[in-house]
Amino acid sequence: MGTHKKFSKLAVSMVVAISGFATVASTVATSAEKKSRADWKKEYVRPSEIPFPKENPYTAAKADLGRTLFFDPRLSGANYISCGTCHNPSFAWGDGLAKGIGHAMTKLGRRTPTILNLAFGEDLMWDGRFETLEQQALGPMSAPVEMNQNMKAIVAELQQIPEYRTLFNISFPGKGITVDNIAKAIATFERTVVSGVAPFDRWVAGDEHAVSESAKRGFDLFNNKANCVACHSGWNFTDSSFHDIGMPDKDIGRGKVVPGVVVMQHAFKVPTLRNAVERAPYMHDGSLKNLYSVVEHYDNGFVTRPSKSEEIFALKLNAAEKTDLVEFMKTLSSKDAPMALPRLPAYDQTVAGSLNVSPAAGPSTGSTAMRTPKGACNSFLMHYIPCSK
Amino acid sequence: MKSKILASAVATLFVVAGATPVSAEVVITQKAKKFDKKKISIKKGESVKFVNADSIAHNIHSRSSNGKFDLGVSKPGTSTSKVFDKAGKFKVRCAIHPKMKITVKVN
Ligand SMILES: [Cu+2]
Repeated sequence: MGTHKKFSKLAVSMVVAISGFATVASTVATSAEKKSRADWKKEYVRPSEIPFPKENPYTAAKADLGRTLFFDPRLSGANYISCGTCHNPSFAWGDGLAKGIGHAMTKLGRRTPTILNLAFGEDLMWDGRFETLEQQALGPMSAPVEMNQNMKAIVAELQQIPEYRTLFNISFPGKGITVDNIAKAIATFERTVVSGVAPFDRWVAGDEHAVSESAKRGFDLFNNKANCVACHSGWNFTDSSFHDIGMPDKDIGRGKVVPGVVVMQHAFKVPTLRNAVERAPYMHDGSLKNLYSVVEHYDNGFVTRPSKSEEIFALKLNAAEKTDLVEFMKTLSSKDAPMALPRLPAYDQTVAGSLNVSPAAGPSTGSTAMRTPKGACNSFLMHYIPCSK
Repeated sequence: MKSKILASAVATLFVVAGATPVSAEVVITQKAKKFDKKKISIKKGESVKFVNADSIAHNIHSRSSNGKFDLGVSKPGTSTSKVFDKAGKFKVRCAIHPKMKITVKVN
């Protein structure tokens, strides 16, 4: 219910903005001409509603079921990792770590991205390998190093929980619990996760006192000298594009997905800047600890190679300008109210029997043994899974 | 690469032969991180010329099951042509800016 309430509230608060939004896209590109601050502000007006795809339209029941699934650790192979373990709403839907940690403390290769505002995005993951949120939801769930869930076993597992049978039948009449429907429910919930109105939005809507003078100067730099707008454009502060921004690591990112395009080597998705302050550390590798370091990177910290985006060049910002940019980014934080966690459906109490949890079912790679990487023994995890020394 | 060479060959032919109308070429412009059309219909064997009128690089590729292709990077101010010699529907996108989408229907 809470989700639905949030959704309709959001729609109302964004109505003010609707007329400006359509004109935004058609007037981008001409950044060469000097545009006034007032004209730039028009390009950042919030949309009036959340888009849902025809193939998976919004219903309150489905979003609510998705929220329950999102926070249910039984969706992982060992039943202790939920989507919300890494996409923690208290951390602006990230995990606060440089790189994610998956099944059996496996250190993942990239930072956990936020799920904020994904309804407005395009291809998902840092490298864009999934075209829809529905496909994406199943990726980490089945990946042996992430949630390690055997996708054949999950349907049977949820079938054992009477309330899930009921909830799926309400959301998907006549179809019930299927892998596709798990994905559809989670994707629907995720689309409702939208960052709220921030001081910046109040400024755009006309409240001159909503942000500091330093932040306003930062906004000017953002759109002009610092060229951030080349990619971080529009109300969500991303055009969903992919660029090599010259992070000095070996990860080729989107180069694996689109091998034939030079500039996609070392390229990663442009993330939203909404609520960025709460989402440190930064970049796909989590190597930068605060927004000031991010500004320093774009100013002069990037490496140059054939794939480097042409939109990245030495900015020659002074210390005051760097501070202004950070002050500006701080105004994008909406300080959303904490989200209530769902009550998770209980197991069947009417029949005797032992619980068939999926460590026995094993990873989706076909192996039946529960594998714990060497050195992964950890006092926290040892309560849950056997530890191989 | 192949289609680029072909495109320049066609252009040369056109100049030499004067008014001989080689099979029509549809021109699509990339501007403000958008294709100027969302959908086009062409005949089998016709080509589409993608003109990058932006100040940034773009890409043209398709992952459609009936014919994958990737024309690499198209730099600002350049154009790239692609002959569609198979009938069907092709979802064409920019790998750099996935919001850039156009459907090419080849009859
Ligand atoms: Cu593009």
